[in-house]
Amino acid sequence: MTPEKELSGAECLLRALKDQGVEVIFGYPGGAVLPIYDALFQQNAIRHILVRHEQAAVHAAEGYARSTGRVGVVLVTSGPGATNAVTGLLDALMDSIPLVCLTGQVPTHLIGNDAFQEADTTGITRPATKHNYLVKRGADVARVVHDAFYVARSGRPGPVVVDLPKDILIGPAPYAPPSQAPHRSYRPVTDPDPAAIGRAVDALLTARRPIVYAGGGVINAGPEAASLLTEFVHLTGFPCTNTLMGLGAFPASDPAFLGMLGMHGTYEANLAMHGCDVMFNIGARFDDRVTGRLNAFSPDSIKIHADIDPSNINKNVAVDIQIVGDAGRVLRAMLDEWRRRAAASHRAPLTAWWRQIDAWRGKDSLRFTQKMTAGSVIKPQYAVQRLYEICRASGRDTFITTEVGQHQMWAAQYFKFEKPNRWMTSGGLGTMGYGLPAGMGVQVAHPDALVIDIAGEASILMNIQEMGTLAQYRLPVKIFILNNEYMGMVRQWQELLHGGRYSESYSAALPDFAKLAESFHATGLRAKTVDELDNVIARMLAVEGPVIADIAVDPRENCFPMIPSGAAHNEMILGPEHADRAAAVTDEGLMLV
Amino acid sequence: MRDLRNRAHTISVLVDNESGVLARVIGLFSGRGYNIDSLTVAQVDRDSHLSRINIVTSGTEMVIEQIKAQLDRLVPVHRVTDLTVQGPHVAREMALIKVVSSGENRVEALRIAEAFRARVVDTNVGSFVFELTGAIDKVDAFIELMRPIGLAEVSRTGVAAIMRGAATI
Repeated sequence: MTPEKELSGAECLLRALKDQGVEVIFGYPGGAVLPIYDALFQQNAIRHILVRHEQAAVHAAEGYARSTGRVGVVLVTSGPGATNAVTGLLDALMDSIPLVCLTGQVPTHLIGNDAFQEADTTGITRPATKHNYLVKRGADVARVVHDAFYVARSGRPGPVVVDLPKDILIGPAPYAPPSQAPHRSYRPVTDPDPAAIGRAVDALLTARRPIVYAGGGVINAGPEAASLLTEFVHLTGFPCTNTLMGLGAFPASDPAFLGMLGMHGTYEANLAMHGCDVMFNIGARFDDRVTGRLNAFSPDSIKIHADIDPSNINKNVAVDIQIVGDAGRVLRAMLDEWRRRAAASHRAPLTAWWRQIDAWRGKDSLRFTQKMTAGSVIKPQYAVQRLYEICRASGRDTFITTEVGQHQMWAAQYFKFEKPNRWMTSGGLGTMGYGLPAGMGVQVAHPDALVIDIAGEASILMNIQEMGTLAQYRLPVKIFILNNEYMGMVRQWQELLHGGRYSESYSAALPDFAKLAESFHATGLRAKTVDELDNVIARMLAVEGPVIADIAVDPRENCFPMIPSGAAHNEMILGPEHADRAAAVTDEGLMLV
Repeated sequence: MRDLRNRAHTISVLVDNESGVLARVIGLFSGRGYNIDSLTVAQVDRDSHLSRINIVTSGTEMVIEQIKAQLDRLVPVHRVTDLTVQGPHVAREMALIKVVSSGENRVEALRIAEAFRARVVDTNVGSFVFELTGAIDKVDAFIELMRPIGLAEVSRTGVAAIMRGAATI
């Protein structure tokens, strides 16, 4: 037997990535990571996608992770490479996306000396990651990388940084395969306590006004969890609402689906949350966008909260029954327990509750009026609705990413998702500039799928340089800009809360998006009036490469329904279509974001 | 009913003795706006690289539960034990207290020290350094008594705590 060739730190790292099943890395080179790029050059197992800005590398990895359920991998250099990645890392932390971000670092003997491109990366990223590591010995490289993948995907997933000094990458690093032993300290609970499941089923069996409130945890638990959720909702006959992060966890076309809840959720979802007597939260975290004013949140309900992260339970809302566990395992246990008990129990009828829900539905809170005469201005809601209908008719597997703002909420309201992992949006952090790079990551993972970034003209400019990445890798991402020439959500809040003083929210000096697309070797399309819309969408889908479709929409349109900050679910503002619009913002609400 | 009063809790956290672990714990408290009344940390098991952090913090029941859950999900944390909830425990800290005085005050300082079983660990004609070990309120009381008679400087370790009886964390 010949002794194995001694690996360098960089080679050891790549071998560890390969053993973790990594196929693609999103990255950007620089001085400190040159040894890794040199090792990448000499192998074929792992593909590297060169982005144009490190923030985009992280969002691309997020898109990859969210659309596949796998860990996304990022590679950036020290100093500015690492600091540029921070926004993406925090985005992934807030939305529980599994990532491993490899950062270069100055050689160990220079750490702390203010060396060129030195940053205290573990210090800076500590509150922006689930965990981070600084590798100080070659012998630790493989172990730390395996540990990082375990931490990123286990329990509540999240981003993990591995900071790699250049001398460690060059020096010798003996390889070690992933350990089968349980982790020393991090062993999150995934199987729910049967007693808690029993109490939850007890409460749900006697419910007269139940609701299932399902979030991103169901998506993170894998497609099987989403099927189990559907099975549970069908078995119980309960209504189901999804959070922004949970869209796709339950089929939007199902009659039991009430739509999204929260600040821009449907009337029926929010009033059902307000009026329910038993709430079953599975994999959602009572975010402030969902709860509205806490002391008026679902005042008369027994609250059951199932979450894999115990720190989410009783954080914002005090609950009555807590279940710690993986959403899929919780749902399986709930189904088993329900089946065991339902036959013997006398269940309260839900007919009155459904009658009430149907009355709320009758409000048709997402109603809008689109003038169809030629030359009419396009309503943004109509643009998304037509995009959805045309995509559905195409029969193609469609993945939607978004930027952040009004267009994001309209996408959530009017694009219907039947399956999990098809919807990527920046929920917790609300990062403008997320959608284009996230779409790149999705397209890399699903080369034949239809990937569309529903964007706003302001957000898209925050990572527009990634058009270059689309061109280089022939990634046919379609960018569908709802162009209202305003930072629309800022403008909306200024109209509703700040006396119509539109301070700095006008998108002045916009580029010609069609020409911009062409300069990046993509196709540029434009729809200015409603009669042009369908044709532009059809052409966008027909073009093989990347497209920017610039859709001029009504600049004054606001996103409704809306629960103003500091208001309760039953104090929502409906759109101008509705006579009984109600609610005003309180002084306390004005302080909230 | 949920208890909405602020109460002090003594929490022991067993962690990997690695660089950055204390920063994670402190960052958690500052980032989420929790109080730290006292904090001590030292290695307690060299062979398995474990350190023990003792934190005295205060908050409502809901906040204390949050603090424990947040600590517990830090990757290098092995175990979080709320000694205040667990039951009887011993909590002690050590303090070095410098008193600069003369005449009758100097005699009085020594008398008080004797009553508190504080030891004189340094002295010269104008000053004493007392070493005192005890519960927080005992150390507080000693310092308050010394204040009018020449208290010059205080150095406290923060609380080390352990459960009474045979039980361990």
